[in-house]
Amino acid sequence: MGGPGMGGHGMGGRFSRSERSGDRRQFERKKVPMGKLLKRLWQYIGKYRILVVLALILSTTSSVLGLIGPKLSGSAINAIRGIGDVDFPLVVKCIIWMLVCYILSSVLTYVLHFVMLKLSRSVSRQMRQDVFENITRLPVGYFDRFQTGDIISTVTYDIDTVNQSLSNDLLQILQSFVTVSVALGMMLSIAPVLVLVFLFTIPATFIFTKWITKRVRPLFSARSRKLGALNGFVEEMLQGQKTVRAYGKEKQVLDRFDEKNTDAVNAYAKAEADGTITGPSVNLINNISIALISTFGAVLFLAGRVQLGDLSSFIQYSRRFSGPITEVANIISELQSAFAAAERVFTLIDADPETPDARDALELTDVRGDVQLVDVDFSYEPGKPIIQGLNLHAKPGSLTAIVGPTGAGKTTIINLLMRFYDVDKGHIYVDGKDIRVLTRSSLRKAYSMVLQDTWLFHGTIFDNIAYGKPGATMEEVVAAAKAAHIHSYISRLPKGYDTVLSDNGTSISKGQKQLLTIARAMLLDAHMLILDEATSNVDTRTEQKIQSAMRTLMEGKTCFVIAHRLSTIRSADNILVLDGGKVVEQGTHESLMAEEGFYCSLYRSQFDSVS
Amino acid sequence: MKGLAKYIRPEVGYMIITMIIKFVATYAELWIPSLMETMLDEKVPLGDIKQIYLYGALMLLAAGLGFGLNICANRMAAFSSSRITKNIRHDLFAKLQRLSARQMDELTIPSAESRLTSDTYNVNQMLTRLQRMGVRAPILLIGGIIMLVQMDIMMALVLIALLPIITIVILTVTRKSLPLYTQQQTVLDRVVRVVQENITGIRVVKALSKTDYERDRFGKVNKDLSDVSQKAGLITSVSGPVTMTVLRIGQTIAVLLGAYRVFSGDIQPGVIMAVLQYFIMIINATAGVTRIFVMWSRGEASAKRVSTVLELPEDMAVEEAEGEPDANAPHIEFRNVSFSYTGVGKNIENLSFRLEHGQTLGILGGTGSGKTTILNLLMRLYDTDEGQVLIDGRDIKTIPNEQLREKFGVVFQNDFVTEGTIAHNIRFFRDLPDEALQRAAVCAQAEFIQEKEGGMDAEVVVRGNNLSGGQKQRLLIARSLAADPEILVLDDASSALDYRTDANLRRALRENYRHTTTVLVTQRISSLQHADLILVLHDGCVIGAGDHEHLMAECEEYRSIAETQMGDGKEVS
Repeated sequence: MGGPGMGGHGMGGRFSRSERSGDRRQFERKKVPMGKLLKRLWQYIGKYRILVVLALILSTTSSVLGLIGPKLSGSAINAIRGIGDVDFPLVVKCIIWMLVCYILSSVLTYVLHFVMLKLSRSVSRQMRQDVFENITRLPVGYFDRFQTGDIISTVTYDIDTVNQSLSNDLLQILQSFVTVSVALGMMLSIAPVLVLVFLFTIPATFIFTKWITKRVRPLFSARSRKLGALNGFVEEMLQGQKTVRAYGKEKQVLDRFDEKNTDAVNAYAKAEADGTITGPSVNLINNISIALISTFGAVLFLAGRVQLGDLSSFIQYSRRFSGPITEVANIISELQSAFAAAERVFTLIDADPETPDARDALELTDVRGDVQLVDVDFSYEPGKPIIQGLNLHAKPGSLTAIVGPTGAGKTTIINLLMRFYDVDKGHIYVDGKDIRVLTRSSLRKAYSMVLQDTWLFHGTIFDNIAYGKPGATMEEVVAAAKAAHIHSYISRLPKGYDTVLSDNGTSISKGQKQLLTIARAMLLDAHMLILDEATSNVDTRTEQKIQSAMRTLMEGKTCFVIAHRLSTIRSADNILVLDGGKVVEQGTHESLMAEEGFYCSLYRSQFDSVS
Repeated sequence: MKGLAKYIRPEVGYMIITMIIKFVATYAELWIPSLMETMLDEKVPLGDIKQIYLYGALMLLAAGLGFGLNICANRMAAFSSSRITKNIRHDLFAKLQRLSARQMDELTIPSAESRLTSDTYNVNQMLTRLQRMGVRAPILLIGGIIMLVQMDIMMALVLIALLPIITIVILTVTRKSLPLYTQQQTVLDRVVRVVQENITGIRVVKALSKTDYERDRFGKVNKDLSDVSQKAGLITSVSGPVTMTVLRIGQTIAVLLGAYRVFSGDIQPGVIMAVLQYFIMIINATAGVTRIFVMWSRGEASAKRVSTVLELPEDMAVEEAEGEPDANAPHIEFRNVSFSYTGVGKNIENLSFRLEHGQTLGILGGTGSGKTTILNLLMRLYDTDEGQVLIDGRDIKTIPNEQLREKFGVVFQNDFVTEGTIAHNIRFFRDLPDEALQRAAVCAQAEFIQEKEGGMDAEVVVRGNNLSGGQKQRLLIARSLAADPEILVLDDASSALDYRTDANLRRALRENYRHTTTVLVTQRISSLQHADLILVLHDGCVIGAGDHEHLMAECEEYRSIAETQMGDGKEVS
């Protein structure tokens, strides 16, 4: 699944301002042409075309059985002629057959429900999976642009909308088409003149449907979009609830919520109000045609131009066959909500993933850990260079420290090493190979990484530590936790390693979270190690205690360390001092101190008690 | 729906009018065929062309009436149920804001999120559809039964005997499907969680090459969702065919009964024909009623999830103050405070301290020693288990929330940066002039703002991901200072700042916020060595209290931390 990206050339997470200034940064709604949308939908439904065919057969059979019923009851009634004149054997026979037909029809109806459920669940499940898989393929920068809650709304609401209308409407629309075409054939064969019925109904319905779909489609899109925006806001604000509360700004946030809520609710009401015009309108068209036909038919009869019998069957038929037409028109407008939702789903499925690995990309194996950056330039936004002309050589087993004032581009280097972003200019080599010729997964596996932003998921402590090493044993996990000096805390918890970490994680401190992520990294046996402010929230004593474990961890590995506590990086083989995206100084602690330059003053400042 | 009744009540009048309009509209539409029959059967044989035109006009009128009234009722339904939903959402969000952190932990954010949007959406949809479709089917059903009774009471009895069975079937299916729909929403919470975790942790997932694992994990919840909704679907689909079968069996019994009654001369054969017509009408109407119940059970499951949250008891009410506070009371006082998050073990044990106006409290201690907990208690994000927290001599439990919060400017660890502009983030929903933001930014050493394109109006992306860790922290410090708080609370707020910036920040704070009482949690001795009072914590207990000199002399733990941090020592001035 997940066909070719829709335009663009996978520019990683970079984006131009104009691209972003659009619609409150919800993911952009490219107008997908109807044909393309149907084609994409068919890619999903078509996989289950057997089910579609089966559903059609079932529904046709059960309607035919349903139609035989009245015929049989007609025969039964014909056999009931009057007092003392009833053909009981025939009546009973008809009744038995009626029962058979009806029960069979009910059973088939149920099987049909089953098939349709299967179909719609399979399709929506596949869609959800595809959306999710593309989420995992998207460049990291993508998620800086769009609210998490908005994306979630697509996975939940939009797909559910598609699903609901698939299970409800798809079958009806197919059935209606079948009925309409069969009916048309029958009418033509009985009395060609009856086609006149359609002279008014069909064009009127057609024109109306075209008009209404054009009108409601944007409304349904707005409904999806506004609900997504509401969800985005809710997500963000619930995450920041502690701060909102601490500042006592609940009221103001609630006001903001109300704006979004009003938008969402109004969008819903508008789409609903206009969308439901269809039913009454199509009914109106039918009723007008009935009124006209019967009136003028009656006039014609009085003028002696038609027979009464013809007239009544004419009207009977026109009533019976206008039903399915109404239905089709109704469903087409109902489908608009599914199309609007599908549009958002496909936008996400088709969002440009990271540039795929080259087809002949190499697996990085037997890593020695020789990392070299040559003349690297990089910017997140064109024209705003973050890194310029960066050169760096980290030999296997060496420790490179990256220091500099905040915002100097330290974390960006990590982003480049891990290939979350590709360099604009220059090269990065690992063991002499340009990382762009390597598979991303093998490159990333070569590193262990502990980031400033601790990320723990809703699961047990054990699972969180063992995350990077599937199949890790309890012993290994405990050993890692001990090395990270978090074991004694864990063992004091009532459920120990089986404690489930909750969202707010109120009872676990930030420092403890960092220690858990360090334990996670300790379990990995990668040849290169990245520590980005890994211990910024850990107290100095604990940090010192885990230093020894860190050293064991770092032994023989090529390490990149970002830290503000300069004491932790004094032993680095190479200290890179960044300022404004450029390396301003490079060397060992001793040589840099001797230079009395930027590093030296930075180092001194940490002991500079303000007087 | 019981829990949400109070939201529906104000709209009941409006909804009744909607239903009445719908009723008239349905009636108008049903009138057309009977007008037509009268015209063809009675008027045409008379040959009166005027009458024919009159009936034609009446039919057009009925058609127009049906059209206009239906649209009107549909719109009214859409708008009234949206108003209801709007109010439910408003209250639900307000309630979520008031939940204690503990309650939120139990509820979980993904669940709160899906209750707020997905569940309320289901309720909205149900309300709209019930109003729209809830009239026609019952009218036809009741009308059909009445006509049947009028036609022939014996055959009507067959139907009436069947009605309890049908009712039981529909009710049983509804009762069985309800928990499944609830379960479906619960699984949806898990889907939300996995997506959310993968977006926030995308770097880690990619770095550890766990993409396949996460896909499997999602695949599992995805399958669960698919399975449970299929199960719910299968159960609800039972009611249609079963009621259908029951009614049709009734129909055949009626035919047989009719045959005997005709045979014995009780009725005319034509009656059977009419009875069958009404049976078909009733069957179709029952199908409609069944659909209504299916809609209802899905909506009801969601309504329950919403009202559960709305009905949660509220922790932390504001208590009545007893007597006047002591005028000479210190600014902040902790009196024998103990607290535990889980009820197991103590996170803070018997803590007491006093802090005067304008003083600075520094809190130092190991990871998990209870530093942040003290701040949580001070700001009343949690209530103490034992002891009191007092501000200006008043127990904070007696201070109304707005008054209490106004006193504080705060930066938490890993605090929350929202999407928007820098100014928006510093202002943080408060009514502050631009100068105040500017002044706070300068003091917070956030000179990077000037360098940004647009300055204060520069864009901040989701989660502040276009700012470095240090930039975020300075932005947050600016936020905490902007309203000139009475009490400034900084929880490891400068950990990502280099030492020089940190030192400049401290100097600026001292110079510009002399009257602000500051509570400072930090790992750095240099950040708190000038504090008036320093608490050294270990496992929730104070193991040292006093100023820097005192602690250097008396507290072993403090001294050793200081020595390791100050390195060679001689560089300390």
